[in-house]
Amino acid sequence: MQAFIQSLVASHQHQPTHLLAILRAIQAQAHYIPEAAIKQVATLLNIPRSHIMGVIEFYSFLHLTPQGQYEILISDSITDQMLGKNELMAYLSEQLHVAVGAVRSDGLVSLNNTSCTGLCDQGPAGLVNGYALSRLSRARIDQIAALVEQQTPVNEWPCELFQVEDNIIQTDLLMTTPIESGAALKASYARGWSETLAEIDRAGLRGRGGAGFKTASKWQYCKDEAGPERYVVCNADEGEPGTFKDRVLLNTYAQQVFEGMTVCAAIIGATHGFLYLRGEYLFLYDKLQQILDERRQAGLLGNNILNSGLQFDIEICLGAGAYICGEESALIESLEGKMGIPRNRPPYPVSQGYLQKPTVVNNVETFLAAAHIAVHGGDAFAQIGTAQSKGTKILSISGDCARPGIYELPFGTTIHAVLAACGAEDVLGVQIGGPSGTFIANTEFDRRLAFEDLATGGSFIIFNHSRQLLDIAQNFTHFFALESCGFCTPCRVGTSLLKKQLDKIVDGHGSAGDVAELEALCQIVKNHSHCGLGQTAANPILSTLERYPELYQSRLKAISYEPGFDLDAALATARRLANRNDAAAHLAQVEDSL
Amino acid sequence: MSNTLTIDGNTIPFTDGQTIMQAATATGVYIPHLCHHPEFTPHGSCKLCTVKVNGRICSACTFPAMAGQNVLSNTQELTADRKKITQMLFVEGNHFCPSCEKTGNCQLQAVAYHLNMLDDHYPLFYPQRAVDASHHEVLIDHNRCIFCTLCVRASQQTDGKNVFAISGRGINKHLIVNADSGLLKDTDLAASDRAAHICPTGAILIKHTAYQVPIGQRLYDHQQIDQVSLAQEQTPHGE
Ligand SMILES: Cc1cc2nc3c(=O)[nH]c(=O)nc-3n(C[C@H](O)[C@H](O)[C@H](O)COP(=O)(O)O)c2cc1C
Ligand code: SF4
Ligand code: SF4
Ligand code: FES
Ligand code: FES
Repeated sequence: MQAFIQSLVASHQHQPTHLLAILRAIQAQAHYIPEAAIKQVATLLNIPRSHIMGVIEFYSFLHLTPQGQYEILISDSITDQMLGKNELMAYLSEQLHVAVGAVRSDGLVSLNNTSCTGLCDQGPAGLVNGYALSRLSRARIDQIAALVEQQTPVNEWPCELFQVEDNIIQTDLLMTTPIESGAALKASYARGWSETLAEIDRAGLRGRGGAGFKTASKWQYCKDEAGPERYVVCNADEGEPGTFKDRVLLNTYAQQVFEGMTVCAAIIGATHGFLYLRGEYLFLYDKLQQILDERRQAGLLGNNILNSGLQFDIEICLGAGAYICGEESALIESLEGKMGIPRNRPPYPVSQGYLQKPTVVNNVETFLAAAHIAVHGGDAFAQIGTAQSKGTKILSISGDCARPGIYELPFGTTIHAVLAACGAEDVLGVQIGGPSGTFIANTEFDRRLAFEDLATGGSFIIFNHSRQLLDIAQNFTHFFALESCGFCTPCRVGTSLLKKQLDKIVDGHGSAGDVAELEALCQIVKNHSHCGLGQTAANPILSTLERYPELYQSRLKAISYEPGFDLDAALATARRLANRNDAAAHLAQVEDSL
Repeated sequence: MSNTLTIDGNTIPFTDGQTIMQAATATGVYIPHLCHHPEFTPHGSCKLCTVKVNGRICSACTFPAMAGQNVLSNTQELTADRKKITQMLFVEGNHFCPSCEKTGNCQLQAVAYHLNMLDDHYPLFYPQRAVDASHHEVLIDHNRCIFCTLCVRASQQTDGKNVFAISGRGINKHLIVNADSGLLKDTDLAASDRAAHICPTGAILIKHTAYQVPIGQRLYDHQQIDQVSLAQEQTPHGE
């Protein structure tokens, strides 16, 4: 181990910014980060051990205690649950003889839940030692259990277990005829870099990661900053449950995405770029590295791009299980080898980003669109869409429909039209933009996909009438409590309080004032949190409470006072100790109120 | 008169580079705060200092003062929200003020009184947290830590050490110290360090000093935190 770490750290040129990559490699080797490794890395990188501890305890995929030689994680996204995840998880736990959240006593296997792994169109999904498993079924679980017991190395497991499909169903402007490698660079070089920025401005391109900031303005601000050093970052953290279009774009359109980054670099004057790839997409890593190599060989990356003296290269950095790292300033902290805690703003990344240098952060799809505009010009792009939302939007559609997958649609498309395209029937409602977005009811399907109406980073989850709304709100609320970075009080404590308060109501322990209390709590978390995570964490409750207040009220007990705690639940420990579960070991909160 | 803004309708001067909190303090306007301390880089995490700037909610301790800003601070709405945020800090940890040796000198408690907080409002979390009594002069009671990072910053920025850090994510955040054993005694902390005296709550205490000042004669027993805070933190403009 000592020699392994020595050469590992050397291969990272003793750069503390590479801490996350170093710890990922140790975790992959030892299935935890041993005490001796922490000491050694601290010495070799010359950083405090507390910094390393902080990073390990921040990211879900790093551990201070040994995990199984087979670390199995199952995606707990609502879409996986709709595909039968809970039942499969119980079966898996039984077959492997290990409890959820535990390591088996022989150390061979550990099992746990994880946040959405981005395979919502082909779930239930999971990860084994970081590699994505798709379409889990009882048969596949039997297969997996046998492979674990036989101790077959993961790289010798049958590849159909790891088969990830693109499921591209409908394409438009960007995906139908992708640009040739190098075309965007050549066209931009011929036109002039400033003129290309003007085309992106004319196109009206707005960021595809959710917030919709004008891309040309972002690049212009960064370009205008003083100082020689600048960075381009492609945000492929894609952690919003229900989104998977960036996975598909990187699997099949990576050339164009890298080309968009390179055009950006030439325009703003950056020589170094990063692709921040969520850890769940480890399976794309080798392929993407190979594409970068090809681009270097083709003179599209490196020291003399297009023989024009232009310099730019791209480094891929893997995340390690933290939704917050999709937030651009948290992402930058993570790139610097730190915990992913959002920074105070101002200053914004365009003026002080990576290593405090001006940095452009854009979504994968934004770079894809920029490459397209660089070839075809701004007008062609601006002809499609609505007044404030130009071009197309790539949706990740999952949930209750006949054809889940990727749909590229013009902005302005109605929800009716989207549902017709993917074959959804008997629809109760749609979650647009993931848990942080909005739940819309089936009375609102005339609304449109657009920044001025229903903005979305791409997540589109369909629910039919067999689904329970409160289960959905509960799943999303638990997600935020789990993923809060914990920096600020309203989100750290507030998301846990939201979870407790919603569970209380859903489990039937709420009474008269509890719904009003829930709503008041939502407002505090929404209004006072530090970053977008906390500011949107109450949306699943607020958007369903607004539309279905009676649903929440119907779960309340008909008593006038508010029990501070659940009497019967409080006796659970006593029952376990006494090994009793008979009727007399349970107490009702009130004399049969129902 | 370009470099002025208003707080609750009163015109206040500021100098370039100041935050709203710095401008307010310099002019004798108290904005409640816990993680802010004028000696250290602002952190912006407790959200007690939440104000409305031109209608938008911001943290006064990190947001830059700019000409013409219309800042609301002492409003019924914001005070109610600050009280809720303080209640969150109370329920998250284990704060049994009557049996805490910091009582009367505790900023968390004092700010709670200032905001007229009469109960916890939210359900208590009762987290299991430890006490580190290993150091012969300084004690850490993790039950009372609110993760303000003042000890972290004081150790780095004033003491030139790196004794403390915050680790973990979300509700599992916790204070750690820089020693292989994880114990305070194995760090280079000295009782005379700034970091040992900066804690706004009773989470870091100097041993052998408890109750030297009797309850009833303590810092916040006869003054509100707004007076104490301004007396300690207000320095005239330009200094
Ligand atoms: C909690 C949180 C998670 C986010 N996750 C992502 C993400 O996975 N991908 C992404 O592109 N943007 C994400 N964003 C938005 C980014 O902060 C940022 O706005 C975006 O990357 C900018 O790129 P764009 O202008 O191309 O959209 C997230 C924001 C928040 C607050
Ligand atoms: S809002 Fe949540 S995720 Fe964002 S900084 Fe605060 S605690 Fe962290
Ligand atoms: S120990 Fe005290 S000073 Fe340090 S973070 Fe906790 S509350 Fe703040
Ligand atoms: S004092 Fe401003 S956030 Fe704590
Ligand atoms: S009175 Fe003990 S922590 Fe405040």
